[in-house]
This record gives sequence, C-alpha cells and structure tokens, in this order.
Amino acid sequence: MCGSGNCDLTTHAAMMHDAAAGGATADPIVMSFTVFILAIFVGYHVVWNVTPALHTPLMSVTNSLSSIVIVGAIIASGPIEMNLATVLGLIAVGLASVNIFGGFMVTQRMLAMFKKRG
Amino acid sequence: MLSANMTELAYLVASILVILALKGLSSPESSRRGNMFGMLGMGIAVFVTLQLDGIENYTWIAVAIGIGAIIGGTAAKKVPMTSMPETVAFMHALVGLAAVLIAVSAFLNPVAYGIADASGAMHAASRIELFLGTFIGAITFTASLIAFGKLKGFVSGNPVTFSGQHLLNLILGVVMVGAGIMFCMTESATAFLVMLSIALVLGVLLIIPIGGADMPVIVSMLNSYSGWAAAGIGFTLGNNMLIVAGALVGSSGAILSYIMCKAMNRSLFNVLLGGFGSDTSDSGSPTAEVGTRPVRSGAAEDAAFLLKNARSVVIIPGYGLAVARAQHALKELVEVLQEQGVKVRFAIHPVAGRMPGHMNVLLAEADVPYDIVEEMDEINPEFSDTDVALVIGANDVVNPAAKTDKSSPIYGMPILEVTKAEHVLVIKRSLSVGYAGLDNDLFYMDKTMMIFDDAKKACEAMLHAIE
Repeated sequence: MCGSGNCDLTTHAAMMHDAAAGGATADPIVMSFTVFILAIFVGYHVVWNVTPALHTPLMSVTNSLSSIVIVGAIIASGPIEMNLATVLGLIAVGLASVNIFGGFMVTQRMLAMFKKRG
Repeated sequence: MLSANMTELAYLVASILVILALKGLSSPESSRRGNMFGMLGMGIAVFVTLQLDGIENYTWIAVAIGIGAIIGGTAAKKVPMTSMPETVAFMHALVGLAAVLIAVSAFLNPVAYGIADASGAMHAASRIELFLGTFIGAITFTASLIAFGKLKGFVSGNPVTFSGQHLLNLILGVVMVGAGIMFCMTESATAFLVMLSIALVLGVLLIIPIGGADMPVIVSMLNSYSGWAAAGIGFTLGNNMLIVAGALVGSSGAILSYIMCKAMNRSLFNVLLGGFGSDTSDSGSPTAEVGTRPVRSGAAEDAAFLLKNARSVVIIPGYGLAVARAQHALKELVEVLQEQGVKVRFAIHPVAGRMPGHMNVLLAEADVPYDIVEEMDEINPEFSDTDVALVIGANDVVNPAAKTDKSSPIYGMPILEVTKAEHVLVIKRSLSVGYAGLDNDLFYMDKTMMIFDDAKKACEAMLHAIE
C-alpha cells in the first residue's frame, strides 16, 4: 500500500476509486485504522505492565517516541527547492530532533540511577 | 533506495523495537536495554525515511538534526531531576509544535506528501486527517507551554478562573469544529487558519483553570495528546510507523491519566473543569479552624530520638521534599538509621509530586536503592507493624478524612494509612492546608509530632542529632 508518502498518485487514486465502488481492495485508510487500533491494544497491555516506579522515565521515553513525527517532517523538508513548506518542515525536523535526543538521553540518565541495594 | 515493500518492513522492525522499549520498563533491570531498543527503532525509522524517493534536501535536514541533537543532548545532561515535570511538559510542547508545522507544510504542498489528486487538490480523507492532526497538535503545543509555565512558576500555579469560562471554551470549540468541517469540505485556507488559531487559543484556556497539584494528570494527558497528534500525522501520510508509535504513546498517556485520576478519586472530567484546586494560602471556610486546635510540636532532636530507637521506619515523601531539594540529606539520614539497625522503607503515593513517578526519580537520584521504595498497595498493610511513620512535605495523601469523613471532598481517595503506625512525625513548614484546601486531622492526633521546618534543614538537623 501507499506507505511512505512517495506512492504513485494514480495508484492511490485508483485504490480510492476501487474502495468507493465497493471493489476488492480496501481503502488505505481502513488499513491504517486497523494498524492504529491494534497498536492501541498493544500499548494498553504493555503500559499496564510498566512498574509505577518508572512512570517518569515512561513519560520521557514516550515523549521521544512521539517525536516520530520527524518522519513527517523529513518528508515535508524533502524537496530540494526551498519554499515555506520546506522551511516549516526543516524547523519541525529540528524540534523533533531536540526531543528525540533530549528524551532518550534524559531517560537513559534517569534509568541509570535506579540501583538495587548494595 | 529500498523498494516500497522493504520500506514498510523496515518500519515494521522499527515499530517492534519501539514496543520493546516500553516493554523494558516493566522493571528497572530491563529498562536500560529497552531504552536502547527505542533508540535503535527511532534510528531505523529516520534512516528509512531519509532514503525515500523525493527526499533530496540532505544538507539542510542534516543541519536541522544536528542543531536539534546539540540542544537536546545538552539539555538532557544538564537538567536537574527536580525539574523533570516541567522538562517533560516542555518536550510535549515541542512535539505539538512540530506536528502543527508539518500539518501546515502538508497543507501548503500536498503533492509532496502524495495526498493530492492530479489537479493538486487534497483527497477528502486527507483533509479530515489533516484537520485532526492540526488541531490536536495545536492544543498540545499551547496547553503544554502553559503547563510548563505553571510547573516552572512563570505562570501562577493557582487556577485562573473567570465567569463564563466553560461557555467561552464551548463556543470556541464549536467554532473550531465548524471551521474544520468547512476546511474538509472546501479546502479553504481561511477555514484552516481559523481552525488552527482557535485550537492554539483553546490550548491556553483549557489549562489555565487547573491548579498546580493537578499537573500529574495534565502532564499525562498532554503526553497522550502528543501521541494522538503523531498518529494523526501518520494517517495523513498513510505511514504505519507514525500510527503505531503515536497509538502507543497515546494509550500510554491515557493510562497514566487514568491511574492519576483514580489515585485522587476524581474523574478526568472533574480535573479538566478545574473546580478543585483552591489557592494553598486561601483562608476560606474549610480552613477556618486551622491553628485553633492544639498540636504537639517538637524539635528535630526529639524526632531523631524516636527514629533512632525505632525498629522500623516508613518515610512518606511529598512535593515538599522536591521543593526543598531534600532528597540527598534524607538519603544520608536513612543510611545512618540503617547502620543503627533500623529497617527503613519509603512509601510512595501515586500522585505524590508533580508528575507520575516523580518521587521515585528523586530518590533514585539520591542513590536510594529502589527495592526499599514501596508502592501504596504494598506498604499500606505494613503500617500497623511500623514504629515511626515520617511524613516529609506531604499532606492530602496522608489525610485520614479520606477514609473516615464522608463529607470531606477527598472522601474515597486512597491514602497512605500512616495513622496505623505507632508514632507519626510530620515535617512541614507550617500548618497550612494542602492542595485540596483541607485541614488534616493527622496533625492533631496524640501520636503525631509536628516538626515545623524546611524539609532539608529538618533532615540535616536530625542527621546531626543522631550522629
């Protein structure tokens, strides 16, 4: 499917058309929705298992993870010609990077502090 | 350049690594390895994206990542552990802003994202996704900035309320959704900008009525929003990696908000309406009798004597410990007591401090081993077998009214049952009420001794007296 933002527009349009006509191919948004709901289920089960003592590191690491929007930011800043869209994309790349590096490093710093007795 | 299928599979690997990062947090031993998995997953996602067709602007992207890495890395090394709540809030703001910028960029140049048809107009589905991603991102951005300000003290931690507040929010919300629907139907730039601006304003208005001590819920909720914003952008781009990571973060934040609300016996709705948190120095009706009842107060030396002769001591830290930065002094006190053969443990209430797990991180920073730090459910049955319960800078979480007084606003909130201990020592600067604006019967009990001092000074004085 049209996964990474670089898909062939005509294919995408054809898939949309198929879906609208009740064709055999599911609309990509339905596939995305499936992935989304399954991921929520995984998240639900994984997060309930996190020990309460590590809830602060959980927040800082999930914060890093939400900076996965850098993927969108890179696509936004991809075109070689500079215009407002690319510049905004580049700023977003910078902001997301602050979070990725800051978040993972501060999490690592915190986790390194949790020691057992002795 | 990878094929489209290989790209998807690489994103799958990255998604699994990200799940393992969260899974690792089930125990401190596995957490560090989990964090490595998270970094690896993020690295794969970034590299796979960089090799996509249409990504040519490498120099500038590298510059942007480099600048971000330097700023983020420096901040991560320098930030003190007492400042974690505001740091996390600030980081949420960055994610929200990034999501907004990406959404605006996608709006300006939909062809680059592959979300436009041949004539350059956006697909209807993409417009809806863009609308959702934009407004969640915008609310996350400004709401997190206000939460950051409140935690940092730039903005008053007290609830800011005015009449017609909820009505105003409601009207703004309706107008925003209206503009959003108009954008979805017409792709109008005006509607998009109106929607975006109102979302930014709403973020501010939604957080100002909420008091400082409710921030554990708010920070968790914004954590959740930043995830949903990422997932929203993922839908716009049809990118599974963003959808998976966003959904994981979103559900994580939602669960934390739920745990925090439950630990206060309040609904999320109740917290969001901001009705609860009165000014801590407010002398309204519930506090009228403060100071008129007799209390037994003592010096740090008296407290030290009790502690030294106890078999078992449970320490209950609260936000006052963080404010006074007393964790290191406290740790030394604990060590001395342990050398004297006293069994010392810590009891952590889920909402102690300003964010989930705040106390645990402070104690870990002071090298307190995590196996003597207990959760509320583990420690509550142990209080009856405890000689001294030492409460440091905590108030509402040890208020027996939550169990006994049906008319109390905090009735039903789970508390640490310190009244079951033989003796109770409370270190507090004054008899002032806690966040809930309630007097605390614990302070007036016969078994309670109050030590009126700053937490750090009191810990140092007790340490001195024992040595």
